[in-house]
Amino acid sequence: MSLDKDQVRHIAMLARLKLTDEEYAISVQKLSKIVDFVDQLSAADTTGVVPMAHPLDAAQRLRPDVVTESNERDRYQENAASVSAGLYLVPKVLE
Amino acid sequence: MSAAGSNSGWEVVIGLEIHAQLATTSKIFSASSTAYGAEPNTQANLVDLGYPGVLPVLNKEVVRMAALFGLAVNATVARRSVFARKNYFYPDLPKGYQISQLELPIVEHGEMFITDADGNEKRIGITRAHLEEDAGKSIHEGLDTSSGIDLNRAGTPLLEIVSEPDLRSAKEAVAYLKKIHTIVRYLGISDGNMQEGSFRCDANVSVRPMGQEELGTRAELKNLNSFRFIEKAINLEVERQIDRIEDGGTVVQETRLYDSDKDETRSMRSKEEANDYRYFPDPDLLPVEISDEYIEAVRESMPELPVAKQSRFVDEYGLKIDDAEILTASRALADYYEAVVEATGATAQIAANWVIGDLAGALNREGKDIGESNISAADLAGLVSRIHDNTISGKIAKQVFEAMWDGEGPADEIIAAKGLKQITDSSAIEAVVDTVIADNPEQVAEYKAGKDKLIGFFVGKVMQETKGQANPGQVNQILKDKLSS
Amino acid sequence: MTALHSQTLTELASGLKKGEFTSVELTQVLLDRIAAHDDKLNAFVTVTASAALATASRADAARVAGIGGALNGLPIIHKDIFCTRGIKTTCGSKMLENFVSPYDATVVQKLADAGAVVLGKSNMDEFAMGSSNETSYFGPVKNPWNPECSPGGSSGGSSASVAARFAPAATGTDTGGSIRQPAALTGTVGVKPTYGRVSRYGMIAFASSLDQAGVITRSSEDAARLLGVMAGFDERDSTSIDQPVPDYLASIGDSIKGLRVGIVRQHFDAGLEEQTGARVKEAIAVLESLGATTVEVDLPNLDMSVPTYYVVAPAECSSNLSRFDGVRFGYRADDAEDLLDLYCRSRGEGFGDEVKRRIMTGTYVLSAGYYDAYYLKAQQVRQLIADDFRKAFADVDLIAGPTTPSPAFKLGDKVDDPIQMYLNDIYTIGANLAGLPAMSVPCGLVDDLPVGLHLVGAHFNEETLLRCAHQYQQQTEWHKACPEAFK
Repeated sequence: MSLDKDQVRHIAMLARLKLTDEEYAISVQKLSKIVDFVDQLSAADTTGVVPMAHPLDAAQRLRPDVVTESNERDRYQENAASVSAGLYLVPKVLE
Repeated sequence: MSAAGSNSGWEVVIGLEIHAQLATTSKIFSASSTAYGAEPNTQANLVDLGYPGVLPVLNKEVVRMAALFGLAVNATVARRSVFARKNYFYPDLPKGYQISQLELPIVEHGEMFITDADGNEKRIGITRAHLEEDAGKSIHEGLDTSSGIDLNRAGTPLLEIVSEPDLRSAKEAVAYLKKIHTIVRYLGISDGNMQEGSFRCDANVSVRPMGQEELGTRAELKNLNSFRFIEKAINLEVERQIDRIEDGGTVVQETRLYDSDKDETRSMRSKEEANDYRYFPDPDLLPVEISDEYIEAVRESMPELPVAKQSRFVDEYGLKIDDAEILTASRALADYYEAVVEATGATAQIAANWVIGDLAGALNREGKDIGESNISAADLAGLVSRIHDNTISGKIAKQVFEAMWDGEGPADEIIAAKGLKQITDSSAIEAVVDTVIADNPEQVAEYKAGKDKLIGFFVGKVMQETKGQANPGQVNQILKDKLSS
Repeated sequence: MTALHSQTLTELASGLKKGEFTSVELTQVLLDRIAAHDDKLNAFVTVTASAALATASRADAARVAGIGGALNGLPIIHKDIFCTRGIKTTCGSKMLENFVSPYDATVVQKLADAGAVVLGKSNMDEFAMGSSNETSYFGPVKNPWNPECSPGGSSGGSSASVAARFAPAATGTDTGGSIRQPAALTGTVGVKPTYGRVSRYGMIAFASSLDQAGVITRSSEDAARLLGVMAGFDERDSTSIDQPVPDYLASIGDSIKGLRVGIVRQHFDAGLEEQTGARVKEAIAVLESLGATTVEVDLPNLDMSVPTYYVVAPAECSSNLSRFDGVRFGYRADDAEDLLDLYCRSRGEGFGDEVKRRIMTGTYVLSAGYYDAYYLKAQQVRQLIADDFRKAFADVDLIAGPTTPSPAFKLGDKVDDPIQMYLNDIYTIGANLAGLPAMSVPCGLVDDLPVGLHLVGAHFNEETLLRCAHQYQQQTEWHKACPEAFK
């Protein structure tokens, strides 16, 4: 099963990726190849097989409910392109 | 247009999704503080900001709190639960996904009982309750073409409590919500503060013709941040849906925002586009495993719940069931009441009357919580004791209460300072009675002729003379004796 | 005395201890080499010369005072995927071209605490997505054995640096073979430990359930030395395993007599270049000569490992890379019209083609209607593959085979065909899917290009791998082979 341009557009939108027209054309072709390739999986007999989400059979460790972090806002915001009064800025969000 | 409340021919179906912020010190997956009201982004560390390379580690307390809730609502607490990622882009969601639980939530199959319109007990199913992280906040005020993002709240632990669509009116929805609100505060797992957003609710609302099996198309109402708004918003939405169907239209599945200023709900189409959350198990977190021993330990630690407390108040203190219900509405109020009773001895009903009456009135007047009361339980007990031992009358006590509320000191000091001690000396009262009888011969004659009602006139006169301090029972008795002789 | 740049970590440690040279002298020698020759390889994104000399000088003082750590004064290179406080961490991407991490990864911290001197940050495939180092925003790394060839990827800068004697050791990360494949293609030793053995905290995530940090060195002994410092429990990583770290050096000298070595029939099927296969068989014969016995084992689902990987890894990556939105860090598109435009352009312009392709593949396999057929199915097949290994390890102590199907390929050869590129990892991916420790050991040359012997062990059995490789290296000289241009 291959992908068409509309599907690729939809995926790109879900993933918030802007592609040029040329990139779209190449993506349709290459993603289709990848999807065809992974389609091999359908041949495997997985009846009754428990899906494996982790390579190790372990349980989640729990952290004590203690605050050890302090305010490092200025340092952390050095990597941000746009901040004002301690806030990260984005184009106006309409509600 | 169908008037509110008269939705004849239609059945309303409501399910609630409640987000209770868990009262932990640190966040669900990081060691940042969850304190409310800090300067923007000062409580957002690398994990909360979703910095490259950082990883989540689960807070022990949230597991305990979720388990406690599960046990309190007769639910199954999962021995194994799994965190999943809910993927979507939004500025208040720093990682581009929210860590939540989908397929294996920590709590499932619970229940809560409410009283329906006919006064009958009604079971509301709790489908599930799962742990997740809260998002940050977008701030729009004061910024021209931008929105500002504050991620202090990002990563605050939430318990999302999802009900079955068992609620049949806005009133039932509010009753259920209040029950959950009471429970989470009883358990001490959430402060339930709706203003600060630590207790929020979304409502899934649909209508269907009476008798129809199949559910109607639902709308999800968001931003319901007070009990009053929830009732109003649901009623508005029910009306809107019925009007629409009766006008030949159809209800579309959508998210609607309640605007309390305009008192209307409106569609949030922007949030609707391409909702495909691509949930999958979070590979950074392992399954949460809980042992039977752990569950038992949590069960042992369970505080007395409202229903049990209510019946105990009736049995132990001989309270009326209605009073017991009011007093057990919050754990803090119940604790306050019990502290008063404990300090006064055998005056449980008088104590109840004062807590429910004057104290509740004063708190209400100033918009205060029981925890912020001007009068401590010990001090109120002092006042109740003076009523009980006849030092003051109930009427004088109201005066003393107001003085106590205004910070003039404990009851005994106020009674002494203002000379409000009740006159219980019979000879003193007799002397006043004699004067009153001597001064009002006409009324005495009428009384003796059979006009019994005039007894009130004489009591009033005596109380006037004694500035209200005479013991009313004694006054009555002495008057009756003297007038009939 | 052997030239400093040709010495192993172990030899250098001994030389420093004896006072034959100082860490500052050693560091300067290597920095000079990098300055003189890296233009031929493009192995570095950042060289941290002055910081390295300062650390070296502190290490020298510590040594004199007798307080140096296990790696005191020894030079290493970090793959540019590890966050380093105050130093750029680019992950090979335009997205992070100017990103300066405010914190150190646990691996970086541990090596620093042991006294290691960091010479710089090595080039890599963008976000570790690639097998040739051609997806790096900073240009491909070239193979020191032949500059027309790829050094492998994604840890290509680390493997090329160690092969070119820029440093005796480098860190790497391995999601589907990203340490072992470049090690094989550059004639170096590459170790990917058991999943959970080394902390992932501060390692920029590609696919969280597969990623594991490891090392690239020239000898197994050096790998053991470095790994002993890097490994161990980290409370900041929920998937880090709280198990004691054995002293890998303690048992490395023990004989491998009686070691049961599994040979997977499917490894030598069509797809394996003949000469490469011959070198690997020769290496296995050496193990036998040392007293190991070979046992044939079956991995029936081996051919499913690449398609499984190319569902699981992109799915996780599509989510892991959502945080790069131009708001808090990373590339931000100019003059965004609105929020959607900011997101789509920052990500569209900041990520390269292969990264975008993987994000889209992952988005697709997780999306409504496809989740069961792809993601869930892949998780099930992953279980089958893990079961195959579990069964195999009931009969053998380790599995030996080829690391790659062929020696290094020419840069540009596979860049247009993602499937051909992906198949380069066919022998290595299984260990990631099952979370097993694995390593590549140089085992010969094919047309003057190195190839590697791949060893896979049972969970937490790095010790056996390192011992087997060390014993092999006592009998062979392949790990001492040096590309002509970098002698």
